[in-house]
Amino acid sequence: MDRKALAAAFPVTLPVLMGYLAIGMAFGFMLEAIGYNFVWAFFMSLTIYAGSGQYLGVTLLASAAVLSQVALLTFLINFRHLVYGLSMLEKFRGMGWRKLYMIFSLTDETYALLASAQVPEGVNAKNFYFSVALLDHLYWIVGGVLGSVAGALLGINTQGIEFAMTALFLVIAVDQWKSYPKHQPAIFGAGATLVCLWIAGPDKMLLPALGVIVLVLLAMRPILDEKKEGEKEASQC
Amino acid sequence: MLTTGQAIASIAVMAVVTFLTRALPFLLFDHGDAPPKVVLYLGRVLPPAVIAMLIVYCLRDLSFATLSGWAPAVIAGGVTVGLHLWKHNTLLSIFGGTILYMFLVQSVFV
Repeated sequence: MDRKALAAAFPVTLPVLMGYLAIGMAFGFMLEAIGYNFVWAFFMSLTIYAGSGQYLGVTLLASAAVLSQVALLTFLINFRHLVYGLSMLEKFRGMGWRKLYMIFSLTDETYALLASAQVPEGVNAKNFYFSVALLDHLYWIVGGVLGSVAGALLGINTQGIEFAMTALFLVIAVDQWKSYPKHQPAIFGAGATLVCLWIAGPDKMLLPALGVIVLVLLAMRPILDEKKEGEKEASQC
Repeated sequence: MLTTGQAIASIAVMAVVTFLTRALPFLLFDHGDAPPKVVLYLGRVLPPAVIAMLIVYCLRDLSFATLSGWAPAVIAGGVTVGLHLWKHNTLLSIFGGTILYMFLVQSVFV
């Protein structure tokens, strides 16, 4: 391990340390509340390593969802990673075996750090990226286990804690609303899902909803794809 | 409750699918070819649509027959959004909204 890179990466990851401890603890807490102890929290945080994905995982475990539903929902919630990967193709090139780990550990927060952080003078860039990814992963695991143990020891009434997932999605939606030039995708997403909830019912709504959303977005490409014909700035909303 | 084996299988599926979503761009586009424009387009417009879909999914069990069937989620959701617009602090918004919701379902709308 390159100690110099690790030392350079640590201060950069401090904001993620705070965030991951808090969100990881809430995850461990929720997991404990549905009857899965710290061993489960440890292995989920070690092998899945996704914030919103693991919140969703708690709900899926609690509702005893079938594997196809688990796979589909996990895919949907992590779809945004596709965009992250596209912008990391260059950065991860030539990292050898560690590239696999870099891809595995590409969470929202690690992506944000890697996309913005400047590699300090005299530090090996690849080692620096690897250290950032490794430290973030470590914080996440510690947070999950701590939350789980705290939940078991405190024994407080956790009824309603599952709202943390709704709150997380609302926060992501607010951030997206502000950073996206157009709001039709979000509005169509909500509208199509409501229609599917009404027609297909709460247990079978997701697959049709996703299908409708993809088809509608593809059909609307001439309107929504601002980068298609040159670079005309069309911001109607 | 799932059996231990079923729970492990679920977690394995989550781990594999999560890794795949992260690995897909590297598998498909790491050889110098530019990604098809339609993929880039979907990568831009799909995330907000999916998050909106998941919010509706989270709230799918709301019932408008009784006050306690919808008021806690609507109030706590409104406070979450309000807090986030006001303070822009992700943790504060999530924890503020969740603690309020827990209080509402445990003590107010019992």
